[in-house]
Amino acid sequence: MSASTETAPFLKAAIKPRRFGSWYVAEHRIRALQGYYKTLLATSIGSPFMYLFALGVGLATLVDKNSAAFGGVGYLQFVAPALIASAAVTATSDECTYPVLMGFKWNPIFFGMNAAPISGNQIVNGVFIGVLARVLPTTVIFYLVMLVFGAVPSPAGILTIPISILSGFAFGLLIARYMARVEEDVGQPAFIRRFVVGPLLLFSGTFFPLGQMPIYLQWIGWISPLWHGTELGRDVSYGQSEPAWLMVVHVAYPLALCVYAWIATQRVVTRRLNK
Amino acid sequence: MPSSVITASRLTKKYKEFAAVDGISFEVAPGESFGLLGPNGAGKSTTMRMVGAVSTRTSGELSILGLDPNEHGPEVRSQLGVVPQQDNLDMELRVRDNLIVYGRYFGMSRALCGEKADALLEFAQLSDRAKSKVDDLSGGMKRRLTIARSLMNDPRILLLDEPTTGLDPQARHILWDRLFRLKEQGTTLVLTTHYMDEAEQLCDRLVVVDKGAIMAEGSPAALIRQYSTREVVEVRFGSDRNADVAHEIDGIGDRVEVLPDRILVYTDDGDAVLAEISRRGLEPITSLVRRSSLEDVFLRLTGRSLIE
Repeated sequence: MSASTETAPFLKAAIKPRRFGSWYVAEHRIRALQGYYKTLLATSIGSPFMYLFALGVGLATLVDKNSAAFGGVGYLQFVAPALIASAAVTATSDECTYPVLMGFKWNPIFFGMNAAPISGNQIVNGVFIGVLARVLPTTVIFYLVMLVFGAVPSPAGILTIPISILSGFAFGLLIARYMARVEEDVGQPAFIRRFVVGPLLLFSGTFFPLGQMPIYLQWIGWISPLWHGTELGRDVSYGQSEPAWLMVVHVAYPLALCVYAWIATQRVVTRRLNK
Repeated sequence: MPSSVITASRLTKKYKEFAAVDGISFEVAPGESFGLLGPNGAGKSTTMRMVGAVSTRTSGELSILGLDPNEHGPEVRSQLGVVPQQDNLDMELRVRDNLIVYGRYFGMSRALCGEKADALLEFAQLSDRAKSKVDDLSGGMKRRLTIARSLMNDPRILLLDEPTTGLDPQARHILWDRLFRLKEQGTTLVLTTHYMDEAEQLCDRLVVVDKGAIMAEGSPAALIRQYSTREVVEVRFGSDRNADVAHEIDGIGDRVEVLPDRILVYTDDGDAVLAEISRRGLEPITSLVRRSSLEDVFLRLTGRSLIE
């Protein structure tokens, strides 16, 4: 049997899926997002207005009397980089929770993709590209609203967009890695939302500087990608001064988490598909 | 073309110590309709997943279209259409979008996906449901949509795992009709089933699988000829009397099989057996003469019914 000539057309047929499979999966995610894009758009526009107004305008009238604690800027400018980062974290954790859990469980499309030429790694890549498709508009809109409120003193503040996305991914990808292993849904998504994402928001130097917290709680901020994103956002947005090494950590640490969680999720998903 | 599109040799899949598939060997020729018949848990689905290049074998050899699925998973899968036991249609997408998105996974252009989707909706008799939500379809329609989806890439081999399980008789017949058309067009079909009538309708050749191993192989007619008689007489004397009556029937026909609810008498002449039973003064509550089926083959081979 001259395998080479007979199998040649089959080998060719998988060239495109091997090369672009991740994008096909992302295309699917984006198509699915279109189903509820109106809700997403409304929250993406509504929520920055709400938070910036309530905190940056409302609460600020009280807080600004004590502005020394906030590095000499108004509370609005102080809190804005934290809010955009937390918006990114919330959006990515959503997109990394339900689509991953669904793909195996409630709407087990990952098995269907895998029965086609798509690999486990490509499924993971595609889902994560889909997360970007959700979080990028979310943060861009948030940034524009920040501009409307005059919350960004420096033009370098535009960097809060990629910085926030990085924090979001560092955290969301870890969730995805965890969710990929979940066999039984016993309320893990709600648990993560209430007891992980929620506290993260409170203990990551979001609403007040981390230094204001007792030292024995500050470690939560140090390991939280949200704190790193928030601090770096403040550095670029209004020139908060930090040592250079710490700024390097603010980038390197979330980046390292992303790389680890991305690869780990690929492994978990591949293993789970190959029963 | 190679003489066989699938060659499995001592194919084995173990989960820890448990061998779900225990060294089975078979070949499938191009254009053939090949079945794996066996009860639940026989290892049919595991075999299908290995053939479908999504489950790595523990040992043995497997070649699909001349390729080893361990090395060429995506290449093998690009030539297969897969209808899994559980529909895994995408509930987030509408009927037609399900087909289009699936075609994209094979690297087909959007335009081609659209054309194929329309043609296959026609084939699956779902054209008027193109914009429906998947959830609103009946079980039979979902199954047909899954089959349509599996045909998006013009597969050389179509793998169907329990294609009609859970469907009502009418939906099953519509589905069989569609599968029969594919068979006529020369598509190689590999299907698992625990319904003997389905196996008889669709399979040119089949293997009877039990506990991960192959018990027998052949065409439905040949298996029946080899392992059963032409006809079967079924008599019922009531649950508590069947066993007592059995020894009085002994010696009639070629072979007697006593089941909890009825007695089966295997013979080439059913009417003669019935006459003999009543000549002996036995009066069954109900009696019927039928042709032997694969169910009888299975019973003979394993001592158990297919559906338990």
